[in-house]
Amino acid sequence: MIDVRSITKHYGEKKAVNNLSFRINEGEIVGLLGLNGAGKSTILKTLGTLLQASEGEAWIAGFSVREQADEVRKHIGYLPDTPPLYDEMSIRTYLEFVAKLKGVPRSSVKKHVEEALDQTNLMAVQHMKLAELSHGFRQRTNIAQALVHRPKVLIFDEPINGLDPVQIVEMRDLILSLKERHTVILSSHILSEITRTCDRILVIDQGTLVAEGTEEQLRGKVQDEFDVRLELTHEPPLLLSSLQNMNGIKDVIRINSTTLSLLCREELRPEIARVVYESGAGLLTLQRKEAELETLFLKLVRGENDRL
Amino acid sequence: MNKILILMRRELQSYFTTWLGYIVMAAALLLNGLLFNAFALGDAPKYSSDVLRDFFFFTSGIGMVSAMLLAMRLIAEEKQNKSLVLLFTAPISERQIVWGKFLAAFLMFFLLNILSLYLPALIFVEGKVSLGHIFAGYLGVTLLGAAVLAISLYASALAPTQLLAGVGAAAMTVVMLLLWLLSARSDAPFKDILAYVSIHNERFRPFTMGIIHTRDVIYYLSLTGFFVECAVRATEQRRARG
Repeated sequence: MIDVRSITKHYGEKKAVNNLSFRINEGEIVGLLGLNGAGKSTILKTLGTLLQASEGEAWIAGFSVREQADEVRKHIGYLPDTPPLYDEMSIRTYLEFVAKLKGVPRSSVKKHVEEALDQTNLMAVQHMKLAELSHGFRQRTNIAQALVHRPKVLIFDEPINGLDPVQIVEMRDLILSLKERHTVILSSHILSEITRTCDRILVIDQGTLVAEGTEEQLRGKVQDEFDVRLELTHEPPLLLSSLQNMNGIKDVIRINSTTLSLLCREELRPEIARVVYESGAGLLTLQRKEAELETLFLKLVRGENDRL
Repeated sequence: MNKILILMRRELQSYFTTWLGYIVMAAALLLNGLLFNAFALGDAPKYSSDVLRDFFFFTSGIGMVSAMLLAMRLIAEEKQNKSLVLLFTAPISERQIVWGKFLAAFLMFFLLNILSLYLPALIFVEGKVSLGHIFAGYLGVTLLGAAVLAISLYASALAPTQLLAGVGAAAMTVVMLLLWLLSARSDAPFKDILAYVSIHNERFRPFTMGIIHTRDVIYYLSLTGFFVECAVRATEQRRARG
């Protein structure tokens, strides 16, 4: 559905996007993850026909973003980071205007608008003026304008920016519900959010694609050490040295008198359980602790493997 | 054409929902009434045709200012509110965007002129003027207004804010107005060129006297078309820049 091939975008001397390629299949929700200024918005603006790439080409629904921009515009719904709203209009009249602008036949406008209102839970406030809406409702209206013409592809630039925790949960559910009918590409710099909504993550740093995959795949790429937490009934005298001498265990740290933290280079939990059993200690907990998502993110974008 | 009408309708509605339309019209009609009473009618006896001529002269000035106020927001406001992205990601061309906005402002300006019709109608109470003179005068005011609307729309397409668009529109219009002064102090061929390009003096006066020259109509239509297309070009460049 989206095919990006070797896109580069220059701003003067600076390369905001550098030789970037990726594909997104129909029905996928894919997240662009990167720090502020990584080039996410530039990529989305290029796909949204707001910017022209300096080099390379992108296709959406089979149409060239460069050569067939008007055809592409019929098939995309673009959600900018600042909602493009006309404050003097009501939600309903605004959506009717957008639907007509995006080519929805006059006879279908009402149906399209009511569907968008329903999808975004705006039906109850449809007659309110946009100027009177809270940030959360404005963002919902922003989504409604993006999907009112039932586009194949939705492009969301930082959709959860500025939302409170309740609104974030609602937005997450809304984005997930869009998967049935749309292909979605969204950007965020919040890893925890992107992992909850997206099937696949593209990690962008300084305009280049540094990693791609599901959350598990990304973890596998960067996580060469992990922490195993061991809770015992008591600690026999020789257990600590036995664990320290095991191949694959880098370090053993005592958390308290009955809890140890083992820094492992590979999966050793069965062997650790056997050593504990042979030492005569009772095993209460043997748990692999996952690294914090943010730490993984930093490793992905900065290659800071030594920080874990 | 359909997209132009969709955009035009929204712009027209916004003039009334934001009160800008009401305020500009109320102020213009008030000033028109005052100037009509104080100067066009005046204290001394006058021929009805002279009253009408003076009315159209004053109305042209108020019309130019009204046109600037109506058009300076058209694109600059969208840039300020960041709503231009909605138009730029929709299947609508820059030409459709600009012409849709221009037509909305033009209709507002036209409505403003219609509402001022009661003033020349008052002349009928104690005088006699030809309907042709009234038609010619209003045609002139409308054509002049359309040209200033187009200039202001171009300024709006260039400027990042409404205020700067207003300043730009005023500057361009004043320069176009004062070209006749420059023409008076220039030698041929510049004298003729500057007089030809000047937006008001020689071009507008015949309309106030009830005379319609085809060359003047063509001039105003050309000027309007030229500046609207300049606005189209500026919007295309803006869209290409992102």
